[in-house]
Amino acid sequence: MNFLSDHPKLVQFAGLLVVFFILQFAISPSDSNFLWRLPAFLAAVPEMLNSSVEYAMFEWMPIQTYNVEIEDYEESALLMEVTRSMSRSVLFCIEFIREILVGGQKTIVAFTSWDFVSENDWAYWPALPWTVVAGVGVTLGYALNGRWLAVLVGCATTYIAVFGQWEPAMETLSFVLIAAPASVLLGVILAVVAFKSRAFETALMPLLNVAQTMPHFSYLVPVTVFFGVGDHAGAIATVIFATPPMIRLTLLGLKGVSPEVLEAGEMNGCNKVQLMFKVLIPTARHDILVGVNQVIMQCLAMAVIASFIGAKGLGFNLLLALNQLRIGQALELGICIVLIAVVLDKLSLGWANKQIDYFADLSFVERHKYSLIMVAILVIGIVLAGIGSLIFKDGINYFYLIPHNQGLTTEDFWQSGVDWIVDNWYSNLQVFNVGLIVNVLIPMKNAYLSMPVAATFVLVMGIAYIVGGIRSSLVVGGLLLFIASTEWWDRALITAYMATFGVVVSATIGLITGSLCAQNRFATKAILLVCDTFQTFPSFIYLIPVIMLFGVTDTSVLIAVIIYATIPATRYTVEGLSNVPQSLQDAGSMSGVNRMQRWLQIELPLAFPHIMLGVNQTVVFALFMVIIGAMIGTDDLGQLILKSLSDEFGIGNGLMLGLCVAFIGLAVDQILRTWASERKKALGVA
Amino acid sequence: MNFSKLRNKLTAGAFALVLATVAGQAIAADSKKPIVIPTHNWSSQVVMAYVIGGIFESMGNNVDYKPADSQAVYEAIRLGDITISHEVWQSTFGKSFYNAMAKGGVIDAGTHAATTLEEMGVPQYVIDDNLCPGLPNWEALKNCKDVFASADSQGKGRWLEGPQSWHGDLMPVRVKALGLGDDYVVKFAGGADAIWAELASAKKEGRGIITFNWTPNFTDAEGFVFIEFPEYSDGCRVADGGDGACGSPKGWLKKAANYKFPKTHPAAYTAFSKMSFTTGQIGQMAALVDVDKLSHQDAAKKWLADNEAVWKSFTM
Repeated sequence: MNFLSDHPKLVQFAGLLVVFFILQFAISPSDSNFLWRLPAFLAAVPEMLNSSVEYAMFEWMPIQTYNVEIEDYEESALLMEVTRSMSRSVLFCIEFIREILVGGQKTIVAFTSWDFVSENDWAYWPALPWTVVAGVGVTLGYALNGRWLAVLVGCATTYIAVFGQWEPAMETLSFVLIAAPASVLLGVILAVVAFKSRAFETALMPLLNVAQTMPHFSYLVPVTVFFGVGDHAGAIATVIFATPPMIRLTLLGLKGVSPEVLEAGEMNGCNKVQLMFKVLIPTARHDILVGVNQVIMQCLAMAVIASFIGAKGLGFNLLLALNQLRIGQALELGICIVLIAVVLDKLSLGWANKQIDYFADLSFVERHKYSLIMVAILVIGIVLAGIGSLIFKDGINYFYLIPHNQGLTTEDFWQSGVDWIVDNWYSNLQVFNVGLIVNVLIPMKNAYLSMPVAATFVLVMGIAYIVGGIRSSLVVGGLLLFIASTEWWDRALITAYMATFGVVVSATIGLITGSLCAQNRFATKAILLVCDTFQTFPSFIYLIPVIMLFGVTDTSVLIAVIIYATIPATRYTVEGLSNVPQSLQDAGSMSGVNRMQRWLQIELPLAFPHIMLGVNQTVVFALFMVIIGAMIGTDDLGQLILKSLSDEFGIGNGLMLGLCVAFIGLAVDQILRTWASERKKALGVA
Repeated sequence: MNFSKLRNKLTAGAFALVLATVAGQAIAADSKKPIVIPTHNWSSQVVMAYVIGGIFESMGNNVDYKPADSQAVYEAIRLGDITISHEVWQSTFGKSFYNAMAKGGVIDAGTHAATTLEEMGVPQYVIDDNLCPGLPNWEALKNCKDVFASADSQGKGRWLEGPQSWHGDLMPVRVKALGLGDDYVVKFAGGADAIWAELASAKKEGRGIITFNWTPNFTDAEGFVFIEFPEYSDGCRVADGGDGACGSPKGWLKKAANYKFPKTHPAAYTAFSKMSFTTGQIGQMAALVDVDKLSHQDAAKKWLADNEAVWKSFTM
């Protein structure tokens, strides 16, 4: 009896389950019964959305322009002209950086014309030799963070060059070098405005929530309609994807600045601008840097997806390699993507941590020694390339550019590895595969699909009420109502079933791995590195071997989901446990707890709120991957999002489907976040 | 390099001059703005993109390549972000192509000589090893559902179809209409990669598998046998008022272009509209990459060098 009165929430929860099961059995499945499935009130919305976007883009405020080339007037619309001129400027920036790195003529065209370039063969910007780019990178690494960073940059650039991936890698780099700074800048600006204006923050937050949970597939079509196809479209989609975490983390950092620091700034007579740039932002640097790290990870994670809408480089080559089942080649490309991510991350970190020595009295040469070294490298590199053109007679100058078909390759090694695995493991795994599908996945899927809509609402809103009160319950209910009013409720249930399975397994694995690794400083570092690698490593690569082993089945999708969604669960567990104050652990040890007790009774409860945020991220990651699972073959919302790429009402369908996925994520987010903050309050760590 | 460019220019110039004299009026020269050619994620398409790009360049045009999704590309052509598409497969892309055309901005730039077939089928070894006696006649399927069962098909045989975006419910309807509904289920794969991965894995095991596939394709080299369903006739599909119990028609392979292309690049458009590749030629292009392991650009260069007679005729 005591137990029950101590845990009132358990009683409520048991009651909720009883009601749920009564509804489950009482409601008869028939399409006309609105307790079983709600009628699709919103069925017409995608088409409306589509036609209004198309109206705004192609018909609103028509402009007639005279096109010299076809000698006729063309109808265009104001909005289209505006977005297209934005596209052109983004594209110009990307092409500019790209042509510095790999050469070209489009920047020259931008200032002259195609006719000019065609008539003058000299009008071609030559590429920098790879040795120069590598050398400058190494110098930069040394200048920013000493020897080890220089070694890292050197190894990474040499790997990329020697494996013959220089050109695609520089193409990818050029669009990341635009997308990443743009995301950081945009993120900081929006965060500063939100910090200054409460109203703006309230308006921004829901948008951020949706942007972070919406699968990137669903806004590819709108982006192409607004901005066209090409590297700029890839960059814009990447910015949409990468900015939200930057805003969030910057805002968190700014809010964390203690009032004493602010007052000190004011006392020293800072004006508002100085206060922001000299006091607030430098003080919030730690969180802002975490944001920059996330931006870089997100940008390179988008490298493959961006190639769907015209971004050139590693991502496109990777898809092409996978289509030929050349997994070894895809793996080499994937490693290049990870290397670019790591190098950019470390360089930006080094740059931000660099302290300016205001008192040093240096001569010109000392002050500019790194710039001078870089100039020297440029000269040496060009001379070397000149010598190279004399040595290598067969037309390939290895000191200038190693072409894609002349690099080293380890493809055969990986290919035979994959073949070996498929040959030897297939029949054993088949038993596991059939067992899992027949005994777990199919029953689970059927159970989800057999839920009457009323029972689902009662269950989910009930849990939200028990955890967070009436407000949470209403928010969650509203989100579900939106999904239930579309025609895709059943599809959403399938998405939910796969995400649930993925989250449960990922969270368990993450919690255990994280806990084990947190026991040791070295293991902690190692596991965080693994997390970073897997976050940027393109998941498409392991989809193919997984399909070869498990076929086009839900098992394959779920394995991909688990690989990806375990990352945040592990990362947050490690971080949460590492942040448990040493004094509390010592207090526990003095009270005579053993290791197991300490973990269960002290560390886990204290780290619980942070771990919950990790689980929250796991849900988001799992949903993302379930949607990408459409590339394997699913019958959930993801398949429809993929289909919207060719739909007549693609924009409307894509956006609505994306919102459905986002709302599943947000409903879970609402519950978990409230729970975590309640726990924080209870523990006094908020 | 410079010399060959100069020579190309001279030929192109001479060519224009001759035409001008013959026609007795000045022909507008092609704009120097690049012709944007899309690249998708399968070999023959990418090689053909570089082949066509090479032909355009030989005529003195500038060319740009852009990766694009094979379904979304028609919207991009319509808006002029991409100039042409050179592989419009009837049953897979026909819908997107005509949707974009209906909105205005896409034109039909002729049909290749190659006829295509997009149909369910089995790898050659399924026939050779006699896994399902009677194939490729579809009636044989009635007796061998177990051969084609998979982990999640619950005892039924499985048809691995492409993503739903390719032909909607065509195959599920056909399975029912042929009376195979109790023995077979249709599973939608996520894309071509997934189908190739399943085929590769099945081949290692020598296990039976029915997948959607098409020809010309790189699988032609290893042997792939299409199942012979009741012959296609006009109106046999459900969408056209029939019962759906029929196979796929021999399909066309079209070329599409932005509506401004004929005006901005008249010479290039004329050549493009004449371009017509046969099944054999498309197979050669794919094989250079998939079998000989050349890169796509190198394969295109080699093909252009080996088949000058073929493509020169398009430019005249």
